[in-house]
Amino acid sequence: MELTGAEIFVECLKEEGVDTIFGYPGGAVLFLYDELYKQQDNINHILVRHEQGAVHAAEGYAKATNKPGVALVTSGPGATNAVTGIADAYMDSVPLVVFTGQVPRHLIGNDAFQEVDIVGITRPCVKHNFLVTDVNELAMTIKKAFYIASTGRPGPVLVDIPKDITTARCEFHYPAEITMRSYNPTVKGNKRQVRRAIDLMLESKRPILYTGGGVVLSGAAHQLTELTKELGFPITNTLMGLGGYPSMDKQFVGMLGMHGTYEANNAMHHSDLVIAIGSRFDDRVTGNIEKFCPYAKIIHVDIDPASISKNVKVDVPIVGDVKSVILDMLEELRARTERPDAAALADWWKQIAEWQGMDCLKYNQDMNAAIKAQFVVEKLWEATNGDAYITSDVGQHQMWAAQYYKFSQPNRWINSGGLGTMGFGLPAAMGVQMAFPEETVACITGDGSIQMCIQELATCLQYHMPIKVISLNNGYLGMVRQWQEFFYQKRYAMSYMEALPDFVKLAEAYGHVGMRIDKPGDVEGALKEALAMKDRLVFMDFITERENNVFPMIPAGAGQNEMILV
Amino acid sequence: MRHVISILMENEAGALSRVAGLFSARGYNIESLTVAPTDDATLSRLTLVTRGSEEIVEQIVKQLNKLIDVVKVMDLAQYSHIEREMMLVKVGVDKSAACEAVKRLSDIFRGNIVDVSDKTYTIELTGERSKLDAFVNALKEYRIIEVVRSGSMGIARGEASLHV
Ligand SMILES: Cc1cc2nc3c(=O)[nH]c(=O)nc-3n(C[C@H](O)[C@H](O)[C@H](O)COP(=O)(O)OP(=O)(O)OC[C@H]3O[C@@H](n4cnc5c(N)ncnc54)[C@H](O)[C@@H]3O)c2cc1C
Ligand SMILES: Cc1ncc(C[n+]2csc(CCOP(=O)(O)OP(=O)(O)O)c2C)c(N)n1
Ligand SMILES: [Mg+2]
Repeated sequence: MELTGAEIFVECLKEEGVDTIFGYPGGAVLFLYDELYKQQDNINHILVRHEQGAVHAAEGYAKATNKPGVALVTSGPGATNAVTGIADAYMDSVPLVVFTGQVPRHLIGNDAFQEVDIVGITRPCVKHNFLVTDVNELAMTIKKAFYIASTGRPGPVLVDIPKDITTARCEFHYPAEITMRSYNPTVKGNKRQVRRAIDLMLESKRPILYTGGGVVLSGAAHQLTELTKELGFPITNTLMGLGGYPSMDKQFVGMLGMHGTYEANNAMHHSDLVIAIGSRFDDRVTGNIEKFCPYAKIIHVDIDPASISKNVKVDVPIVGDVKSVILDMLEELRARTERPDAAALADWWKQIAEWQGMDCLKYNQDMNAAIKAQFVVEKLWEATNGDAYITSDVGQHQMWAAQYYKFSQPNRWINSGGLGTMGFGLPAAMGVQMAFPEETVACITGDGSIQMCIQELATCLQYHMPIKVISLNNGYLGMVRQWQEFFYQKRYAMSYMEALPDFVKLAEAYGHVGMRIDKPGDVEGALKEALAMKDRLVFMDFITERENNVFPMIPAGAGQNEMILV
Repeated sequence: MRHVISILMENEAGALSRVAGLFSARGYNIESLTVAPTDDATLSRLTLVTRGSEEIVEQIVKQLNKLIDVVKVMDLAQYSHIEREMMLVKVGVDKSAACEAVKRLSDIFRGNIVDVSDKTYTIELTGERSKLDAFVNALKEYRIIEVVRSGSMGIARGEASLHV
């Protein structure tokens, strides 16, 4: 049967099992919206209030489910508004398919109304993109888009659809399978390399596992735990890898990197074997690359060959999917008679225990002074039994969330790491809440960040998303202020959030519940009260200590063992 | 070090800008770039000359392979290979003495005079880059009006080849 492009679009989404999409209409996508209207029983479309919100929401959905998130926006300004979210997804390897409307084919290149070359604009920040030039290719293009977005190293794929394609007709046929001669990600790791890796693990005296977002993306948390237990090695997670290993476990030494723990960073620095799994040696992790892990051999498991030996020269590269490679490692390890060097490991753990003795995340909440952000996060963790979905914005509050919310499961910690996009938190929480309507979703945010996508409070009302917004309000662009305090002699250039709105009234104006909490003694009770409101969005404005700093901190140019502790 | 990199990619709109964009976005250098469809019209072959340390060229090759439109990449520096470039030069030959001398130079370099007017000769020359440089140098005495160079193309010697 012949279908229109718009009908094909919706059929393809159904074929891909898409249940929810996030978007915003406009001229170029009117036929698509008309079709979505007719098929609203099949596909739930969430109307955001800004296209950036649509893409972040799709990211939140994807990060929580490991399924591709889908966004739909119109041409021109709709498409350019989506770019920040697309770049964010690219940096954090989030599987996303973004559909943009485009002017009709005969007008392309004419500076037509609401025309932008979105394929050109997004080329450097997508995994791939397409301009559909023939309705006969629409279904295949959408198939490819989902396939590319969700396989290999995941990432955003953009499909630009000219308006006249949405009315053109053709026979609809959705390909069940797809192969592309130019795209064949390697899943299975090389056996010989796996054996070499195990050799090194068995010889090592001071090993450490350094695992990242790739573990979460691969759905390999369970296998990672098994491997870590089998080896008895200490393990650290990147910001993106949190939840990939249970934080309360005794082998876990905390996050590493710029705001990582004293024990994690020192263990990295002094180790003789770094086993990197699905982590990419980001500069926030390595500190000064010249001083990085001077005594260590490095094993690196990554599905993207370009991640390997990009920043740090690797001794044993293993290209493959984390889950598959870990399973091979376990098999290899269990086939050996040798075991890791128990005596050496005992010494290593003793050394680590000494570093842990610094208690680097200790803080003191004076119950008569201002609320500490750390205290709020810790109480939130307790009140949610460590089991909530937590999204975050970008800044100090993000680091405190990462340090003090002890994640025990993957896909629960949803933040913007690579691009560090303020404004991510609230729309991402919407995506998570749509994926898991019954679960507790909290967005930890700052007084600066929340204002970057605050308009989405209206979306939350429309779709009854009972998100708990945890605003750690310090009246500053705190992360910027901290740098200015340390490195610019306290010249607080533009880091002061003068003229903050009354967030309680603002929340109420949007139809939600607002709460202001300014005493430490009220934190716990307020959290319990808010969490009990299962069907309401509660905006909790915690007035926190103004000039609080995130510690530990590795200053720019320093090595991992050169942390500022207080 | 200088590397000649051969790329086989889908002959699709935008594929070339993905390659060019990759180089500018990541700060890699492009000395020359040439591209045309192959015997299989669905594929384009692109030859790109770049400079960089071994680590950088390794990253370049990996990043190129990562582009979805790129089917295969070959760093010809790893192989014994042949490299050729083509050039068209238009030279002013107003004086009859120049006519003779330019023709003689062209012959020495095994060039072909492919167009003649009252005042100009246009010479076609193919060869290694250094030969083309030498020819342009030798012509400096005369009035060079225009130089067009194709950029290098390369192919591996013997059995080694780049194909799907
Ligand atoms: C204010 C701020 C402060 C920060 N401070 C820190 C900090 O202190 N510590 C820290 O760690 N980060 C910090 N970051 C985050 C940092 O910028 C990086 O985003 C982060 O370190 C990258 O994490 P990752 O190495 O796990 O890689 P990710 O970005 O999660 O990348 C995943 C890697 O795994 C690979 N991969 C994906 N899927 C698979 C698969 N199926 N199989 C195998 N491999 C796969 C990918 O190719 C990629 O190389 C900070 C960010 C901000 C905004
Ligand atoms: C879109 C965007 N603009 C600017 C920045 C730079 N930046 C990083 S953290 C930060 C301050 C964030 O302030 P706030 O949300 O109040 O969080 P706090 O650090 O105070 O907890 C800024 C401006 C950014 N990351 N993203
Ligand atoms: Mg703030």
